[in-house]
Amino acid sequence: MSDKKKGLHPHTYKFDTLSLHAGYQPHKNAGSRQVPIYQTTSYLFDDVDHAAALFNLERGGHIYSRISNPTVGVLEERVASLEGGTAALATSSGMAAIFLTVMTLCESGDHLVVSSQLYGGTVNLFRLTLPKFGIKTTFVKPRDTEGFKKAIQKNTKCIFGELVGNPGNELMNMPEVAKIAHDAGIPLIIDATYQTPYLCKPIEHGADIVVHSLTKWMAGHGSSMAGILVEGGKFDWMQNDKFPTMTKPYEGYHGLSFAEEFGPTAFTMKARAEGMRDFGPCLSPQNAWNVLQGIETLSVRMKKHCSNAEEMVKYLLGHESVAWVSHPSVPDHPDHELAKKLLPNGRGSMIAFGIKGGKDAGVAFINNVKLASHLANVGDTRTLVIHPASGTHSQMDEATLKFAGLSHDMIRLSVGIEDIDDIKNDFEIGFRAARKPRLVSNQ
Amino acid sequence: MKFKVNNEEVYASTGGRPFDKNKPLIIFVHGSGLTHMTWVLQTRYFAFHGYSVLALDLPGHGLSGGKSLKSIEEMADWISNVIDAVGYKEASLVGHSQGCLVTVECASRYQDKIKTLSLIGGAGAIPMNPELLSLAENSDPKAVDLMMDWAHGPAGHFGGHPVPGLYHINTGGMLAKSRTIKDTLGVDFRACDNYKNGFEAAKKIKIPTLSILATDDKMCPVKEGKKLADLIDGSKVDIIDNCGHMMLLEEADRVLAVLKKFITTNYPPKT
Amino acid sequence: MTKLKNPETIALHGGDYRSDPATTAVAVPLYRTTSYQFNSTEHAANLFALKEFGNIYTRIMNPTNDVLEKRVAALESGLACVSVGSGQAASTFAIVNICSSGDNFISSTDLYGGTVNLFTHTLKKLGIECRYADPADPKNFEKLIDEKTRCFYAETLPNPYLRVFPIQEVADIGRKHNIPLIMDNTASPVICKPIEHGAAVVVHSLTKFIGGHGTVIGGCLVDGGNFDWTADPKRQPNFNEPDASYGGAIWGQVVPQLTGANVTFAVRARVCLLRDLGAPLAPDNAWGIIQGLETVPLRMKQHCSNAEKVVNYLSKHKNVDRVIYPTLHEGEIADRSKKYFKGGNGALVGIELKGGVEAGKKFIEALKMFYHVANIGDARSLAIHPATTTHSQLTEEELLSAGVTPGYVRLSIGIEHPDDIIADLEQALGASGKPSLKAVS
Repeated sequence: MSDKKKGLHPHTYKFDTLSLHAGYQPHKNAGSRQVPIYQTTSYLFDDVDHAAALFNLERGGHIYSRISNPTVGVLEERVASLEGGTAALATSSGMAAIFLTVMTLCESGDHLVVSSQLYGGTVNLFRLTLPKFGIKTTFVKPRDTEGFKKAIQKNTKCIFGELVGNPGNELMNMPEVAKIAHDAGIPLIIDATYQTPYLCKPIEHGADIVVHSLTKWMAGHGSSMAGILVEGGKFDWMQNDKFPTMTKPYEGYHGLSFAEEFGPTAFTMKARAEGMRDFGPCLSPQNAWNVLQGIETLSVRMKKHCSNAEEMVKYLLGHESVAWVSHPSVPDHPDHELAKKLLPNGRGSMIAFGIKGGKDAGVAFINNVKLASHLANVGDTRTLVIHPASGTHSQMDEATLKFAGLSHDMIRLSVGIEDIDDIKNDFEIGFRAARKPRLVSNQ
Repeated sequence: MKFKVNNEEVYASTGGRPFDKNKPLIIFVHGSGLTHMTWVLQTRYFAFHGYSVLALDLPGHGLSGGKSLKSIEEMADWISNVIDAVGYKEASLVGHSQGCLVTVECASRYQDKIKTLSLIGGAGAIPMNPELLSLAENSDPKAVDLMMDWAHGPAGHFGGHPVPGLYHINTGGMLAKSRTIKDTLGVDFRACDNYKNGFEAAKKIKIPTLSILATDDKMCPVKEGKKLADLIDGSKVDIIDNCGHMMLLEEADRVLAVLKKFITTNYPPKT
Repeated sequence: MTKLKNPETIALHGGDYRSDPATTAVAVPLYRTTSYQFNSTEHAANLFALKEFGNIYTRIMNPTNDVLEKRVAALESGLACVSVGSGQAASTFAIVNICSSGDNFISSTDLYGGTVNLFTHTLKKLGIECRYADPADPKNFEKLIDEKTRCFYAETLPNPYLRVFPIQEVADIGRKHNIPLIMDNTASPVICKPIEHGAAVVVHSLTKFIGGHGTVIGGCLVDGGNFDWTADPKRQPNFNEPDASYGGAIWGQVVPQLTGANVTFAVRARVCLLRDLGAPLAPDNAWGIIQGLETVPLRMKQHCSNAEKVVNYLSKHKNVDRVIYPTLHEGEIADRSKKYFKGGNGALVGIELKGGVEAGKKFIEALKMFYHVANIGDARSLAIHPATTTHSQLTEEELLSAGVTPGYVRLSIGIEHPDDIIADLEQALGASGKPSLKAVS
């Protein structure tokens, strides 16, 4: 926000400041400057009335660390503040965040419209596991904006997608899809794991709920699993009768109507009071604290991730061993302009590229790079590489593989924050081996 | 629950318990541009402990129908009509910010009807910054951002709401943006700016009155709140430190504790 | 090492961990990592295709958690174990690993309030129906079976009646119909091993007695390895139909082929449910629970002997209407505690106070050493008044059917010195009997 213009300007804190301070007040915590780790399961009640008040949601506070915990609470508020949301609920993994979100909106017999370019684990959840609970999904290609509209049925409860589809780097036109969702009276849920709020705040572009795997860029260090759902607070649950569990009296809580009582935080309140209480995928306080450490350096890390990624794109584009490069910063990338608009601070650090020589060359490359780690994660501070056709997506049948936009020569690269020259030198070793696959031993 | 006043539908939260006409009534009146939801952490306690509670949405606000009322005086009369409409002869009033102007005016006009008065972040007059007023009347969302900035104390800007995971500075902003800004905040700000009768009205009040003020309140500073309280016979003042104008969100538990003591002493519950 | 039998030894040495392979450290290392480097693309492909087992990603498995899992499996006489983020996650996984939309399962009526909510309200939304059977007569389970019934579920030592569950009797009925029995053994580790009595799966909230310290939330599922998931393919479709999420694997066949063991239930829970529903236990928490596990056999002895002393004391107290304890029931139900429990009858004690809800409140507020918290199984003594807390979300009808009367107080007896426990109860019971001096709102 620019303060150069004349007149009044709100002095609410900015991103870099919030990432260090939001959600925590030292004067309420023995003056401790750093967030304490409340490694406890339970909380003492002052008296019987206090206990009853907490159980009746008469007042805020902690009952049991499965439902809420003060350390986890700081993380929740901090991420809500960074995303411009009203409330958040942390979970033990990103998958648990998606699962709880779906479970809070849907029941058996419901339907979802979902972008087809997703993390492989998410595809499995929507395609194979949710149908076991009677929840069906129609997949739509992320660039097929009209397709989202056509796929909506009477019993559709939300549209879900990743802003930049993994692994093909296809963008969803989020503002347009949000409009389609809202015209149909349903919320848009965006998985913004790959962007973090540093690159994009989906709520500002019409998303109603944002989910994250905090395991990735948000934490950065690759030491802890964590997920979160953040509520935008704008969606009107009472505009239609599609969300009876939000609007009708809920028998589990003395006939409480979450939408009437909690308005802009109703979704999170419900997800916590019901989904977290019953399904129990809670985040451990230690992991919440570890993630908070990561978020303190989110801005500086994301800047370096993005600048390293753009350097790597240039390097790969000019390389003789590379058949193609996919990244929104490449000028002829079909979503180049949209990415500029939605991701003004950088286009992210996920690059997909094709290696000349197909599958064998891919295998040789992966087996010979030394600095880049070969593993099933993204968004680590360290550079990571994987060959999806033989790794993360190997559980998919042929048809699903093709539908997810994968090819056998594709290498997925999560650019780290090492010195750029060291990453390039490492890649040279990999490419050299890939050009002469038979001469290099596969350990 | 929903009911009708002057032929327009009114929404009020009953604090999570069914509305019971046999229990004493407490009415909560929200501030400019806000809704009943600002009161969640105060109302539910009273509803579970021997009171009937109505956290109102003013006309044209939140889930209520009709158009926003243009003056504090009209709102004061409307509160009296609400008490009639739900079949009561008397009630206790709790107001926040603009709601304090409304409840002070109401208590001075309907002296037999109102039994206690609790003023949270109140003052005898709330003159508006002309630029803020004009932004609100033009539906500029910056008006809400400015209000949220000024209304939260330095500590409140970093969150710390007692409900786990709730980030209240954005929650407040979202409430104020839930309907067209010029029709809610714009009309409310103009009504506050126009209202000049606060100090005269206060002199007429003879019922038990409590003022809860906060050290970091920039909108209704402690000095202004005390000026109003001094005009009301025997009124009590409680000051919360490290807290701004949005004390019912910033320090929800401390506000409730003070409120609880005052209301249960002066207007006992029915068990 | 030969198969260990004694819980004191299993708690310290159970499973295959002797020392850290990388450093030979004896204490279990804390692997606080999300991911694992693959040796080669072939290695990666084999891991993802389940051709070989190894660490892929901490959401699915972690070496620290692995030590905990094997140790708990050994303690429960099971073959394999999967750790999850909470006891609730364990209950959820146990059911949805077996049931899909349109299926049903039969649960004992004696259940923890949180599990009642999960079964009655939340799983219903997933199209999974819970049918409730009164465990007083095991035949009640058989009466509710139809072709869509997939499993039985019960707690070994359930609040508030503390009637020990007829494990063998119900497991036998289930086996006739190829229906596995899942036992929640949270309240009675060490003193009862449900798998030895025919249960197919044991779930735990590790937060409670096994952790013991009240510092971490965790849960697990133990696969008994004693149930034939393939005997009636129609009865157990999740284990007998091709799973498209794993290249058409039929779990009931693939897992025994791959592992040489009947750990089908555990493997499916790990690779499908942790993968998709994602409720992993943090390695820090696994490590915390391992510390607790080392002393659980010793603690259980002290819990049980203290509880017995408390029961004897309370039974004679004039302000107590009734004491609830497994051995204080009549006839057949009291016999079950003798049949299933070894070395004690648990730490949980229920009391009904003279004077109803007010006496309950006064008693709780007068306690000085006991903590008033919503938990059980801490090393410290705990007390709670369910009518105003844990069970307050249930309707009046559900409350009574759960056996919660207004004056009922639940005690979880800790391992403090018994004299101090009884002294605290004594002064609080005195307070609970005093007439009210002020109006209570």
